Amino acid sequence: MKNNGHKPAKTANKEAAIVLEWGDSRGYETCFTRAEKMKPCPIGESGACCKVCHMGPCRLVGTKAEEEGRGICGATLPVIAARNLARMVAAGTACHGDHGRDMAFTLLAVAEGEAKDFKIKDVKKLYRVAEIIGVAAEGRPVLDVAKDVALKFIEDFGRQRGEVSYVRRAPKKTQGRWKKWDIVPRGIDREIAETLDRTTMGMDADADSILNHALKAAVANGWGGSMISTDITDVLFGTPSPVKAEASLGIFKDDEVNIVIHGHEPNLAEMIVDVVYEPEMIEYAKSKGAKGINLGGMCCTANEVMMRHGIPTAGGFTNQELGIMTGLIEAMVVDVQCIMPALTEVSKKFHTKIVTTSSKVRMPGATHVQFDEHNAKDIAREIVKLAIDNYPNRKAEGSHVTETFPVIAGFSHEYIEYMQGGRWRASFRPLNDAIMAGRIRGVVGLAGCDNPRVPSTGMHKFLAIELIKNDVLVVSTGCSSASCGTAGFLTPEMAMENAGPGLREVCEAIGIPPILHLGSCVDNTRILTIATAMAAEGGLSDEIGGMPAVGIAPEFITEKAISIGCYFAASGVPVIFGGESPVGASREVTRIMTEVWFERFKGALHFEPDPEKILAMTFDYIDKAREALKLRKYEPGKFGAERVLMDMAARREIEKAAVPHAGVGGINESEN
Amino acid sequence: MSKLIASAAIKAAHVLVKRAEVMLEKAIAEKGKDFVFEFPDTAFYLPMIYAMTAFPVKTLADMKVALAMTREMLHEEPDEKLWKPYLGEALDSGMATLFAEEIILALRYMDGLEPVTDPETGYVYNGFITDTIQRNLGIALVDGRMPGFAAIIGAAPDEDTAVKIVRELQEKNILIFLSGQAKDKNGKLTNVTRQLLSKGVTLGWETYIVPLGPDTEHTLYALDWAIRASLIFGGKKPGDYREHLKYQKDRVFAFAIALGEMDEIKWSTGGGAINMGFPAICDTDVPVIHPTGVCTYEHVVKEFDHDKIVQKAIEVRGLKVTVEKPPIPVSFGPAFEGERIRKEDMFIEFGGQRSPAFEWVRTKELHEIEDGKVIIVGTDVEERYKKGGVMPMAVVIDVAGRKMQKDFEAIIERKLHHNINEAQGLWHMGQRDIVWMRISNQAYKDGITLEHIGVIHNTMSHNRFKSIVDKVQVTLYVDEKDVLALQDEARKVYKERDHRLAGLTDESVDTFYSCLLCQSFAPSHVCVISPERLGLCGAYNWLDTRAAFEIDPTGGNQPIMKGEALDAAKGRWAGVDTYLKSNSAGAVESLNLYTIMDNPMTSCGCFECIVAIVPEANGIMLVQRGHTGMTPAGMKFSTLAGTVGGGTQNPGFMGIGVNFITSKKFLFADGGIKRIVWMTKNLKERLGEDFKKRAEEEGVPDLLDKIADESIAEESEKLMEYLASVGHPALEMEPMF
Repeated sequence: MKNNGHKPAKTANKEAAIVLEWGDSRGYETCFTRAEKMKPCPIGESGACCKVCHMGPCRLVGTKAEEEGRGICGATLPVIAARNLARMVAAGTACHGDHGRDMAFTLLAVAEGEAKDFKIKDVKKLYRVAEIIGVAAEGRPVLDVAKDVALKFIEDFGRQRGEVSYVRRAPKKTQGRWKKWDIVPRGIDREIAETLDRTTMGMDADADSILNHALKAAVANGWGGSMISTDITDVLFGTPSPVKAEASLGIFKDDEVNIVIHGHEPNLAEMIVDVVYEPEMIEYAKSKGAKGINLGGMCCTANEVMMRHGIPTAGGFTNQELGIMTGLIEAMVVDVQCIMPALTEVSKKFHTKIVTTSSKVRMPGATHVQFDEHNAKDIAREIVKLAIDNYPNRKAEGSHVTETFPVIAGFSHEYIEYMQGGRWRASFRPLNDAIMAGRIRGVVGLAGCDNPRVPSTGMHKFLAIELIKNDVLVVSTGCSSASCGTAGFLTPEMAMENAGPGLREVCEAIGIPPILHLGSCVDNTRILTIATAMAAEGGLSDEIGGMPAVGIAPEFITEKAISIGCYFAASGVPVIFGGESPVGASREVTRIMTEVWFERFKGALHFEPDPEKILAMTFDYIDKAREALKLRKYEPGKFGAERVLMDMAARREIEKAAVPHAGVGGINESEN
Repeated sequence: MSKLIASAAIKAAHVLVKRAEVMLEKAIAEKGKDFVFEFPDTAFYLPMIYAMTAFPVKTLADMKVALAMTREMLHEEPDEKLWKPYLGEALDSGMATLFAEEIILALRYMDGLEPVTDPETGYVYNGFITDTIQRNLGIALVDGRMPGFAAIIGAAPDEDTAVKIVRELQEKNILIFLSGQAKDKNGKLTNVTRQLLSKGVTLGWETYIVPLGPDTEHTLYALDWAIRASLIFGGKKPGDYREHLKYQKDRVFAFAIALGEMDEIKWSTGGGAINMGFPAICDTDVPVIHPTGVCTYEHVVKEFDHDKIVQKAIEVRGLKVTVEKPPIPVSFGPAFEGERIRKEDMFIEFGGQRSPAFEWVRTKELHEIEDGKVIIVGTDVEERYKKGGVMPMAVVIDVAGRKMQKDFEAIIERKLHHNINEAQGLWHMGQRDIVWMRISNQAYKDGITLEHIGVIHNTMSHNRFKSIVDKVQVTLYVDEKDVLALQDEARKVYKERDHRLAGLTDESVDTFYSCLLCQSFAPSHVCVISPERLGLCGAYNWLDTRAAFEIDPTGGNQPIMKGEALDAAKGRWAGVDTYLKSNSAGAVESLNLYTIMDNPMTSCGCFECIVAIVPEANGIMLVQRGHTGMTPAGMKFSTLAGTVGGGTQNPGFMGIGVNFITSKKFLFADGGIKRIVWMTKNLKERLGEDFKKRAEEEGVPDLLDKIADESIAEESEKLMEYLASVGHPALEMEPMF
């Protein structure tokens, strides 16, 4: 990305840039100013710093560090870099694991009648989930099934032997690779614990072995914690189907109480969505001089409530401080993950109240209202009231932007299957067909954070446009969805104006944007199940590996992202992360994570800061996969399938009793 | 763009569901909610709703339930800008449209408004297609005689274009359904049916042109017909909609040709058809949907050139049509078999007791004949032919080939009927020395000569019997004395043949043949054909299948080495069991050819006749396809058929070919024909003398009189009374169970 003019661009989002400039002019600190002031530590950044014991920290630097560098204990650079990466994976898996665990306990509380404010919204999905994990469902009461499902999932966290339940959901061939290389996770917590154990001083000193276990811990995230989270969220709050919404820092209203829900878990957010529409609450807001209550989301909580209720998003991770700087937010309600400690600092300049709600995330200067699913709506009301009470305190100060961008969100696995054929013919056949014919060159999962160290959201925008121009269908999650949404990219018109001719034809036939908003960062698991369904549908690869598909997290920040990148690699998806490599110091580790992993799993994890190169690598992976699958060579504007005209003899030979694939069932018919 | 199609489909579905609701409310008010309705002669209630949902609509109250389900499939129209996805929603709306149309048509039937009589022409449309017709066509559906189905909706720009399109489809043996209307090039609202009628085209099942009704909604009758293929032949369970729709897409090669401007109901009905994998080819400037996946290839395409539209449709549906046509100046194909030639349209005729005539196929040595030669023997041949009227005719076909066998003569001879009949403007009836042929005035005008009769036989005998026939030479004798002289010789041969055939028994051969033709429709069904048991469709006997195997060693008829007899009485052989296991997709493990009680033969669905046990009478009953009355089993043929088809073994029920009844092996292990306690009058008449002969052999010469028919009993109680009064032998036989 080139910077325009003299001033370094810190965000590629226009509205964010306006607010940021306003804040800069007043000397307000943000992640952008701090990032400018503090460069990353080059030793730590490249994975060459070891601080797992107190003989160090040791830093292995110099031109011959790879061959000759040793820590005090004798650890080599590959070992140190591998250990650092593995620990990031463990932390990421822990985050999503805790998220999934909370969802499982909420489901249990609902099943046991202890969480009266929740209900099972998508019964059909509950039964499908039960079927997949081997819980008897047919003919049993919903809550009994829900309880057994919750217990089975809770078991997945603490299981010592055996396999995490959802492993069986992966294509057989993918599972075979995992078994062969011993990365089938036993219990989610166990793999996290073992990662920490293995990577401390005096333990595993074989980089390949460390990294292999990192994959095991990563699979425990993708096919464990995250997938559990996605599915229980769908069960409790409804499986998403397309909704219209808005995205921008401009979503806040001058004359209404603005409440932002920020973080990751949807439990409290869902309750707040419910209560802000209660007449008493609206009356109360009016009694304080506001015209109403305006709820907005931020980060992945935004994705969750947008997918299900069309609640607008104020943007991704790097917009959180900027949101407060609009001066329009009465309360920013946060739960877990990606909550900048800086929030309380910046909020002091405005009337905004930061409300923490999780015992895991406490912040000095914030108002803490502990969330408890047993008493969920009352707590939600308390928080909304607190925000309303703060409305009269709003000052004139703030940078108001007004432009917003429309978004079509809500593409769950189930809806994507539905949209390709309706409730009677739902399948992945059209998508597979389109890829085989070359209408769609391949699929890219555009995911991960937005990062102030690059012009924030800029990499997402650049790649999204270039990919769709080249007939690559993009599915986005997490802050990539926020980046594309606040850029106005998540509209069906985008296909008409910017997609390549083949992709445009497909988008036109179905009525979809060329970039599909799949949800939050835990919802990356939707990509896994979609890829599994595509493998089962036939005509492409018979496992996730080998598909003309690539994962890209161009602005990654978090340990969660690393864990996600690794589970995609282990599942068979080549993954490219933007930014400098956290294992860049070691050629050996880089080789293992690319070449060795590709050989074993058909996946890889690359780090590449140059967006043009990311693009070239992506096309290369996709085109090579097409070639290996003997698909038509991709030629823009030229597509078609080989026509097989069937005579009577050929019809008699049609594969007998071919079973249509099961997918995860049709679209949720009970809700939405 | 395709959003327009989706919007139209979604909108029309709302309109039709509403219309159905209003009509239904009115009907309930008039007739009460418990009023019972069924379409004529079907065991599948409202077939589309039944196949998709397993819900049997029997009463007006049921229709209300079905309509409530239908309403759930309606969606909002996509917005002008920033639209939400619409394909899945449009397809749902398409299915909702079919459900609503099915109910609307049912209600119209109740009011006597269906089938429609065309107000302009007085023509009565076909209306709902019965199960009987469906089963009658069974074998044609699988042997290539009907490789595909076209629903033509609307009207051609002019009558000549309508005829051209239809003729092209007929020549390709594609069954044509007509419905809907549109403006022609003069702006007149009309439809293809009227356009064809005005050109004197013969319409009906025999000519493969079936006008269903004048509205778009009538297209549903074609789709109801299609969906019953998966119920009847595919054995798909009601409600297993994925399997049904997959079957439709993979095995029912239907497509729509939409002529003239489109409207919302056409689009929404088309949306329903796309659910079934049937694409639409339009002759107007419509939005196209090219990406594939719901249909096998494109979903909606346009083709403005009426010379290319049929070819385009065939390509888009992925249909391979191989037509073998003799070099004659008229069209040729099974679709022309059904054309009648009335006396006033006739130019010349042969046989039919108006002149001596016969047909005879003889085997010759290769050196004795000249391939492709047509010899006409007679005096003043040309002159007499040109005069028209009546002529004597002996058609002697000499064939030679290294693999030719005497037994194949009769088989080649049996096809002579089709050879002539498939030519447009030529008509043929009977066989051997009871043959009757006509040539129409039009065919004569088109340039048909006597020689062409030879040319047709020559070409078609080669085409049909490629690997057994190397040379064919045809001689036509038109002088009465020659005809009469040769006829005596031919009659001797006919007799010999019959004698030899009668001597063929299951014990006398070591090889049976399978018939897998139906596997294109009924994937798990295998017919086992032995000398004494012909195929259940009645179209193939042992000699036919043997010849078919010689002709095409990798085709639908394969030899089965009988192997060791495991049970001679029941007709079970080790070789047959082994063959079945590997060729029935695992559905059948073991087969007894001579019993209905234990592992009986499966059925594809196109059986001529059903054998069903009547437990209280200790016997069995027989009912043929097309009999619409009740039977003592408490079920009509159409309902019984539902329990027999689809490639499963159902002890106590079995589909058979009619001629099996007079075989010595008919239910041999169960006691043979003495078990028959009830059979239709129609069957009694058809079997007549043959049956009496068999009855004598069995020692009950008056058996036929002791067997009840529909004039005696249609229910069990009366049947039992009758059997007791006549002392039917079954009552004294060993218990069947």
